[in-house]
Amino acid sequence: MADIELDTAPAEFDVTVEQQELRAAVQRFCAEQSDGAAVRRHMESDTGFDAAVWSRLGRELGVLGLAVPEELGGAGAGLVEQAIVVEELGAALLCGPVFGTIGLALPALVASSPGPLRDELVPPLVEGARTATLAAPERAGLFDPHAITVGAVHAGDGWELTGVVPQVVDAAGADVLLVAASGPEGIALFAVPGGIEQVEIDPLTTLDLTRRQATVRMREAPARLLAGADEIDAVLGHAFYAGSALLAAEQVGGAQHMLDVTVAYAKERLQFGRPIGSFQAVKHRLADMLVLVEHARSTAQHAAWALQTGSDDPFLATSIAAATCSEAYYRVAADAVQLHGGIGFTWEHEAHLYFKRAVTDAALLGGAEIHRDRIAAAVLDHVRATPGVPPVADGRA
Amino acid sequence: MSTAADATRVEEVAGRVVADHDPRRVPVQEFLGACFDAGLSWVHFPEGLGGLGLSRGLQASADAVLQAAGGPTPFWLNPIGYGMAAPTLSEHARSPELARSWLRPLATTEDIWCQLFSEPGAGSDLAGLATSAVRDGDSWVVNGQKVWTSLAHRARWALLLARTDPDQPKHKGLTYFVLDMEAPGVRTRPLRQMTGQAEFNEVFLEDARIPDEHRLGAVGDGWRVAMTTLMNERSAIGAGGTERGSGTIADALALWADRPHRRTPVLRDRLAALWTRAEAQRLTSARARRTATAGSPGPEGSVSKLVAAELNQDVYEFCMDLLGPEGTLYGSYEVRREGGRDADWRGALQQRFLRSRANTIEGGTSEVLRNVLGERVLGLPGDLRADAGKAWKDVPRG
Repeated sequence: MADIELDTAPAEFDVTVEQQELRAAVQRFCAEQSDGAAVRRHMESDTGFDAAVWSRLGRELGVLGLAVPEELGGAGAGLVEQAIVVEELGAALLCGPVFGTIGLALPALVASSPGPLRDELVPPLVEGARTATLAAPERAGLFDPHAITVGAVHAGDGWELTGVVPQVVDAAGADVLLVAASGPEGIALFAVPGGIEQVEIDPLTTLDLTRRQATVRMREAPARLLAGADEIDAVLGHAFYAGSALLAAEQVGGAQHMLDVTVAYAKERLQFGRPIGSFQAVKHRLADMLVLVEHARSTAQHAAWALQTGSDDPFLATSIAAATCSEAYYRVAADAVQLHGGIGFTWEHEAHLYFKRAVTDAALLGGAEIHRDRIAAAVLDHVRATPGVPPVADGRA
Repeated sequence: MSTAADATRVEEVAGRVVADHDPRRVPVQEFLGACFDAGLSWVHFPEGLGGLGLSRGLQASADAVLQAAGGPTPFWLNPIGYGMAAPTLSEHARSPELARSWLRPLATTEDIWCQLFSEPGAGSDLAGLATSAVRDGDSWVVNGQKVWTSLAHRARWALLLARTDPDQPKHKGLTYFVLDMEAPGVRTRPLRQMTGQAEFNEVFLEDARIPDEHRLGAVGDGWRVAMTTLMNERSAIGAGGTERGSGTIADALALWADRPHRRTPVLRDRLAALWTRAEAQRLTSARARRTATAGSPGPEGSVSKLVAAELNQDVYEFCMDLLGPEGTLYGSYEVRREGGRDADWRGALQQRFLRSRANTIEGGTSEVLRNVLGERVLGLPGDLRADAGKAWKDVPRG
């Protein structure tokens, strides 16, 4: 690896010894605390995850706030490190508010202005003692202020929110909801406590049981202002970019796991007296899965690196990753089901859990088509003719 | 692994070469000769053989200085020589003196090199080739036919793989030679391809003689030597652009910009998908370069080659669909013997489109490359082989 002789700061795609150790630690944790049996237990439980496991991730491993600055109780490492953790949690399909808390709420809080509210909310999230999620409308991974369905009014020293937000990921059991609402001074971001009577959380049955969603209904719910109208675009812009990069990392983790188990199965499953992996129809599909995973990994790492270092346009970097990783995870998971044959279609086998996560991940923050549309808007729609046009033969030699 | 000190050294050496032999003023062969003598042709080769014994990754530092001063890209002047012959010769020539006597004129491009591997009866199953080399005193007598040989008509030397023992299983009976293309009994004929051009040749060998000194590696060890050549070929083909939007995808983007009246939403989505795939491929190459160890290219080169070949075809299919009726016209099918800088893929788009059909065949078909990925990277078991363990002469051919 390129980690040994670095006498300067790591460059893009370098893998440091610390990063290798971090990955190994999360893998060990997941093997012990969130193996296949545990995932099934958690996904069928009321809250959808085990709060004790989540809190160990924060308190013992310290991997929930790697992109959170130290003064807020985080590790101050960076998004690249946080992405490694999310990738491994995705590979293990660990049940918990990975998307809501690590992916969206913490980045939104980190991007907000300093203040007592932020100082109060962040540390317990980093420690895993509490969980949070974000209830703000987005389109293709970009904040969509026109789709706001919640209103905010002044009430004494604070605010009260009223309205309904559909399909909020990780809302069930969340201690804090970060809610975008329209008020007298414009659209702002508020913090609302989860477990109070003015906030009704209706759990929804989800295609992917390992990632819960709920309808959030607020009736004059007490709220505190986190980011005002002048700030909310920057705050949610950062949150959705970071969320996209981390979601891409999760997709890489799941896709790599599906590739690994399918390769292992193709080596041991015998038909016609030989391992099915020796048949080219199977082998070539696995080779294509490998290419998809490698491409996904490169684009996901690039997105996290670009956001952390400012080395690339975050709009393009996250869309390239989202388009590539959404397609890759879905394709690899679908092919994993196919190559396992009948056993791959059973409830008992783990393939369907990853397949369903792949479907869900591809729909969160915009799927491959929507991100290709974003890319086209950025790269193709305003491109001007240049002298570099290759010659076109006109039939006259 | 490289250090900052090595990089500085390479840049200093390159700086001296361009100061003493300004590539904008001196003949190209003199400049490339100076590069060879300074060890900048292949910095990872031993000193005296055109290298400095440094990490392969430092070649980019040397090339940056040389090309900024107006130096040529020698790879395009002698692609088989630079990409495949040089690494094979430096590793397997019988003596450093002999290696040097081949490598310096190769480096200056005075001697163009070609590769005599494929045969009409041995494409993907290269190890099944039939061209024979029979020992006769201090030399070998070669008979057979080779095909798909680029630059054979201009080449001074060839890398030749021939069968020296038909009683052995196919991989074990091969030996690797350097053949003098001017020797009696070597005849070259142009091979016309679907673009109309004759970029490649057929080469007929009738009692052509090779001194034993020009054998590379041991008798019967030709397959192992050939692997050096083939791994370098695949990574050379798969290399591709380092800037976003560079490489083949630039053709599609430029055409898209130039033909606004031909745009449709469906073509727009196709181009966005191609652009994204090109970007994923570019980032993957960058990642592979960053994590590669300093040695020879490994199976990862096969990932790059597979993706680049299929992406090329998809890009030119897109260009043809964007052109519509214009795409059905052509420049000229008059036979021309071109290659290198004037190759088909630098011609009109329609010509580039036709040429791209070969991308998934040459240098390892996509089917073979998927086997390589499956077996060498993923560790899957090999397919059943009807010829396993059989003497070559007993294997059915046709």
